[in-house]
Order: sequence, then C-alpha cells, then structure tokens
Amino acid sequence: MSDEIENKTGYQAQSSETMNEYSGAAVGDIDYVRPAELPEQDLYHGHTFLTKWVFCQDAKVIGVQYFLTAVFTGVVGLILSWLMRLQLGFPGLAGFMTAEHYYQFVTMHGMIMVVYFLTALFLGGFGNYLIPLMVGARDMVFPYVNMLSFWMFFVAVAVLMASFFVPGGPTGSGWTLYPPQAILEGTPGSGAGILLMLISLSLFVIGFTMGGLNYMITILQARTRGMTLMRMPLTVWGIFTATVLAMLAFPALLVSSIMMTLDKVLGTSFFMPTILKAGEVLEYGGGSPILFQHLFWFFGHPEVYIVALPAFGIVSDLISVHARKNIFGYRMMVWAIVGIGALSFFVWAHHMYVSGMNPWFGFFFATTTLIIAVPTAMKVYNWILTLWRGNIRINVVMLWCLGFIVTFVNGGITGIFLGNVSVDVPLSDTYFVVAHFHMVMGIAPLMVIMGAVYHWFPLVAGRMLNEGLGKWHFWITFLGAYSIYFPMHYLGFIGVPRRYFEMYDSPYMTSAIGMNEFISLAAFIVGAAQFILIYNIIKTLKTGKPAGKNPWKANSLEWHTSTVPPEHGNFGERLPVVHRWPYDYSVPGAKEDFMPQTTPPSEVLNTEVEKT
Amino acid sequence: MHAGIIFLLVIVGSILFHIFTPWYWTDIASNWQGMDDTITLTFWVGGGVFVAVCLFMIYCVFKFSYKEGRKVEYKPEDKKLERILTWATTLGVAALLAPGLIIWNQYVNVPKNALEVDVMAWQWGWQYRLPGDDGKLGTTKVINISDENPFGINPDDPFGQDDVIIQSDVLNMETNRPIKILLRSVDVLHNWYVPQFRAKMDAVPGVVTFYWFEPNKVGEYEVLCAEYCGVGHYAMRGTVIVQTKQDYNQWLNEQETFSELVAKQNKLKIEENKIAKKIKLNLN
Repeated sequence: MSDEIENKTGYQAQSSETMNEYSGAAVGDIDYVRPAELPEQDLYHGHTFLTKWVFCQDAKVIGVQYFLTAVFTGVVGLILSWLMRLQLGFPGLAGFMTAEHYYQFVTMHGMIMVVYFLTALFLGGFGNYLIPLMVGARDMVFPYVNMLSFWMFFVAVAVLMASFFVPGGPTGSGWTLYPPQAILEGTPGSGAGILLMLISLSLFVIGFTMGGLNYMITILQARTRGMTLMRMPLTVWGIFTATVLAMLAFPALLVSSIMMTLDKVLGTSFFMPTILKAGEVLEYGGGSPILFQHLFWFFGHPEVYIVALPAFGIVSDLISVHARKNIFGYRMMVWAIVGIGALSFFVWAHHMYVSGMNPWFGFFFATTTLIIAVPTAMKVYNWILTLWRGNIRINVVMLWCLGFIVTFVNGGITGIFLGNVSVDVPLSDTYFVVAHFHMVMGIAPLMVIMGAVYHWFPLVAGRMLNEGLGKWHFWITFLGAYSIYFPMHYLGFIGVPRRYFEMYDSPYMTSAIGMNEFISLAAFIVGAAQFILIYNIIKTLKTGKPAGKNPWKANSLEWHTSTVPPEHGNFGERLPVVHRWPYDYSVPGAKEDFMPQTTPPSEVLNTEVEKT
Repeated sequence: MHAGIIFLLVIVGSILFHIFTPWYWTDIASNWQGMDDTITLTFWVGGGVFVAVCLFMIYCVFKFSYKEGRKVEYKPEDKKLERILTWATTLGVAALLAPGLIIWNQYVNVPKNALEVDVMAWQWGWQYRLPGDDGKLGTTKVINISDENPFGINPDDPFGQDDVIIQSDVLNMETNRPIKILLRSVDVLHNWYVPQFRAKMDAVPGVVTFYWFEPNKVGEYEVLCAEYCGVGHYAMRGTVIVQTKQDYNQWLNEQETFSELVAKQNKLKIEENKIAKKIKLNLN
C-alpha cells in the first residue's frame, strides 16, 4: 500500500490561525466562523478500474452502486407485483400460477420492496451520495467500511435472488415471516427458501450497520465549518434520524432471524410451541410465536419511518427549492423528525392488536400511535405553508412533491383508522391495510424518490432529464397508483381478507370482481410507465441538455462543488465555510431569489435576512 | 394551469367515489355497531382534513405558480400559527382516540353471561366445542389429540365429559346471546373472522386467545381465516348459522357430547373385536 501515501489528496490540516485568514474574518467580525477542530481527511483515490468503479471508496460512487442495485431489486419486485395482480384480477389466466407461486410472489414482493429497495435506496443510495456533499465533507469518515457495506448488501441481494432457484423455491410465508408456519411444511419454500431469506436478512443488517455508522458519524463529526446541526438541510436530518432508528431497530430483526434459523436447523423452540402436524406431535415445545411478532415489529415499525423520514427530509428540500421559499417552521420540522423517530419505538404493537397478545396493550399502543399523528400532521402543514405565498415552479420535481402530499395525507389518514385499536379490529388483515401501507409507505416515498431523481440527476450526471417525458411519467404513475389504492380501501370495508390466492364467491364479495380487474389493469400500466424513466435516463445520458452549475438555483452545498458532477473529494482545494441555513430563498432586498449557504453576511448587508 | 385542475379532479373524484361507492361494509350482524360508528366519525374528521389540505395545496398551485419577480413571503417561522395547529390537531386526534378506546374497553371485557365456545383451528379447517350442562369447558392438551379424542380433552377432567363436540366447520348460534370465542390452534396462526360480526382475533398455538360478540341477526354467514396460515389459507372457510332460541336448542339437542363419543367409539371397538373374532373363527 505504498502508493496510498502518494495518493493522499494533499489537503493538509491547517492551524486555526491560517483558517481564519482563509475565510478573511477574525473573532468579532460578522463573518467569523469557528475554526475547524479536526484535520482534513486523507482520501484513497483509486487508480485501476477495480478500485475506481467496483471496490470504490468514494461515497458518491457507492451511492450510485447502491442505487442501481436497489433499482434492480425494485424491478424484480415490480414484476412480482404484476404476477400477483394477474392472478387477483384474472384468476386462472396464467396457467402456471399455483397458490404456492402466488404466496411466494407476495412474500418476495413485500420483502424486496420494503428492505432491499426502499431502505437501500434512501439510506444507501441518497444517503451516500448526499450526506458528505450536503454537510460539506470530502467523503464519509470510514470510506473503506463504506465500500464493504455496499458489497455486503450486494451479497445479501445475491443470496435473496438465489432463493428463487433452490428446490422448493423462495419462502412464501408472507413478508412478516411469522412462525410457526414460516418454517413448517404447508408453507411454500419452508426448506431452503426460508433459510436463504434469513441469511440474506442477516447479511443485510451487517452491511447496513457498516453504512449506518458512516452516515451517523459523518453527520456528527465531519460537518464543515459553520455547518451547525440547525443549519443542516432537512434531507440530512431525515437520513440521520432514520439511520439512528435503523441502528436500534435492525438488531431486533437480526436476533429474530438468528433465532428462527436455529429453530429451523437445530430444532430449538424459541418461537415454536407444541405442534400437531398431520397427526404427529412435532419435537418442539414451549416457544412463543407472539415473541417473534414483538421482535419483528419492534424492527418493523421503525422500519416504516426508516423509509419515511428520509422521504420527509428530501421532500422538504425539494419543495423549498422549487417554491423559491424558505421551508416554513424549520425548527418544528427538525423536532418533528426527531420526535417521530423517538415515538416510533413505542408503537410497534399496533400491528398486533388482534395477534392474541394481552389485549390491555391495546390501550397503550393506540394512544402512542395516535400521538405520533400530531408531529406528522405538523410536517404536512409546514409543507403546504411553504407553498403559500411562494413562487412555485410547476416542474416535474414539484409535481412529484405535490403527488407526495396527496398520497401521504391520504395514507396518513387511513393510518388513524388502523391505529385506533377498536377500528382496527374489523379492518385488520383486510385489503384496507394493503391499501393503507401501499399509499403511505409505498407510493408516497416513491413519489419522493422520483422527485429526487429528477432533482439531483443533473448533479450526478451533469445533464437535465427531459421534462416532457418526466411529466408523462409523473401523471401516469400518480393517477394510476391513486386509482389502484384509493378504491382498494373499499374492498377492505367489504371484508375481503388479504393474502387470499382466490377471492371467494360469497354473495357480498362478487361485486369486487370488477374492481379487481380494474386495479390489475391500472397496475400493469403504472408498472410499465416506470420504463419511461429508464428510457429518459438513457436518452439524457447520451443527448441531454448540459446542466451547468446549480441549474435549480439551490442554496445547499451539493450544488456548489468545484466541478459538476463533483469529483472525488467533492470541494476542490478548500472546503466551503457555511454562514447560514440552506433555506434563504427570496430574501427581501437580495438581488437573486437564492442565497447559497456559503454567502457571508458581509455580502448581503442590506437584506432583511434572518439570523440562522 | 392543467396540473392544479387534474389534482382538483382527483380530490373531487375521491369524494364522489366515497358517496356513490357500491363497495361498502356488509350489513352488521352483531353488537359492534360502535366500531362502524367510530369508522364513520374518523371518515368525517380524517376525510375533512384530507380534503382541506389538498384544496389548500391546489389553491397555492393556482395562486402562486412561478412568475418572474413575484414577491415571495420570507417568514421562517410563525410561532402562533404553529401553536394553534398543534393544539387543533391534538384535540382532533384525542376526539378520535376516545371512542376508539371506549369500544376497546368493551371488547376486552367479556360479559359474564357469555357462552364460551372453543374454536379449534388447524391447517386447514375448523371444529367447535360447546360446554355441556355444567356450563364449563373441559381442559385440553395438544398431545391428547387423537382419532378417538379429536379435541384433546383431558380424559380425567369431569367438566369435559359433557362437552358438546361439533366435528364440522358449521357452527350454530343463538341470536342475542353473547358468545365468547376461545381460540386455539394446533399448528400455526389462524384467525376466526366473520365480516358481518366485525370482530376477529388470531388463534395462536400454545395459548388460548379470546374475543366476544353478540350475534343479533338470524342468518347464515361465512367464516374466513384472516391470518395467513400457509398455502391453504384462502380455502380455510367455515359457516356460522345464527338461529332463534327455539331452533338453536333443537340443533343443540342433536349434537354429540364427549362422553357419548367415547361410548360410541368403545362400542365400535367392541363390535370390531367381535367381527374380528368371528372372522378368525370362520377362518379356523
């Protein structure tokens, strides 16, 4: 590793005195910013193809690797959802579709979308790309561990995909993997399938822990001068809080995966009571299936917010930039993110109101669940109040944000139904639940992902995505997804249970047949529309309009790098010094309608800017 | 301004869909009207918030869409407005939570006069057991289950001898009499659910769970398994027949008790032995 020393970027630690010289300000000056406390990071620059693009230590490349791998799993999840909808809308049309297949598709679709697609995309993808850029760091603090994190994720995905090809196929136990059925015959893939799933999840958690440590410590320790916590973009706040949640919640998943693996392989009985199967009593006894549910949802509910909080953060930034207005109630937004994150550890059993746990838990968990609605509602108010008296660019990015608000509020309201314990009794395990969580943690975060892709693509690739294609993509996706999930709630009212391979012929259910056909058709169209984006990206990479620097006129640091796209090390010779929050848009008296975070107060003396 | 118009149509369409939907809950056939009422209340409050937020957003899209040089408000915070919104939301949420908790309190407190019904689930079917004249169900154990003792009743438990056993997925009930469902499973999770009764609870192997309701409409209802239980989940159905007191008692008298089953089986065994002996004799 002798060349590593040569490869150091050569940015040396500077003493505090010289630092002050660089920023041209001394203590007492209005432009004064506290000197750096730590020397700058040494970076390892790859030379070969392998170290530059494969085992790369640049967080931006790792972010793109995460993104592409997650999108690949997302496409697999999408195809699985098509197959499910084919069966539900047009039973028997696909001759190969047995109940076993159907349940395997349901399970893999759920697990892929929640863990391997959404979580990996938000934290691994956007987190890696944006955190160092937005806080003004040269890279993540542990680049090597960061690289390992991605490859661990890659192996986890490979193991997961391998389960499609083992005897018995992938597990069909539902994404919640409830024992005892998950590891007993009678559930598809109860042999190799479930084992590979548990191994893959364990690998995912290990890989994610490596990434998560990076995100947290980079945000806490590697922010540039002047970037106080309360000057961080909400995107960073969202990703940070989500990472803390993940670090606390994923161990519960790891533990339950390991215990279930032991139950399966060694015949322990962590989750297995005495069981009678085909006239024979199995060699299990004394375990508790409900214990698994507690562990699973202790992970599973924060998981919802691991997906939602980065989406909250990102959408706040997108709305502010494209409405040309400061985010309304920044401090409230930060506290809401942190508060929701903390509360999310006290609500898990609202997934278990009818699980057979002690029913007295219902009072506690219903109360905590509805309390969480308050900070969430505050966020919604602040988004729409940010639009109020703004100067809103109705471009593709903003359309995705507006689509997010509609779908998120819709899904949030139905959450109040399900969280309110006795209302949950008739609705749980019906299509109302399916509609609710797809709207609130499927479609709504997806809207944000899409908005973020259109917003940051010019930074990543240096070219602007095509607006026209983007608008088609948005409207087909939004209208299609809404017409899938809005009516689906009403199937739940009828009482149609979820996870049914075939709807039944009960007289009050037959009216649902037409709706199922409609939903399936809409699902085919929405899925197909996603390929518009892929086409748009390929076309833009070849012939797209060059983006230039800061095409959206945004304030946050990622748009103020020395080159576009940013190179390894992000900021050229000198790290930026931050003087304000990232939301100084349309400040009265300022020449332009934006004011980058690096603008020192002395440059904008005659404006009515608020101190941040 | 096409974007605002489409969003507006989506909201108007949602309201119209809700008003004119042919898909809505089945006619309720139990005492849990309160659950339906809380749902209706939540619909009004929640639906109102949804429509209000979306309309405000759409108004902003119409009113403040991009114009070069438009004067934009610069106001990072408005403490008073934020406080008002927080308290209003808290009040709204509390108003929804209160009825929810009140009904949950009724749900977890079973009336004393409720008839206990043992619902036993397996992959993939149901069978039922009612207490006999002593009004008590006998204790059970999974390891006792056999062809001769399909419910696994403890043979030594005196309460179990007169238990009425129904080895069929059809269960009869009497109207206006509270029923306490005692759920157990011999293998995996299940859930005994009749949409018209609104109530449900998982059956968990290893423990006995419960819930209660009072059927109040004569008729025949389909039982569905509402907790995924493996590949036969969707086919795990049953039937409940709610009857008047007179019809119910007549049905009940025709059912077999545990001791009768044992006696019958013993008799069968004796006869089988006799036949076997005869065959033996004949062969000799």
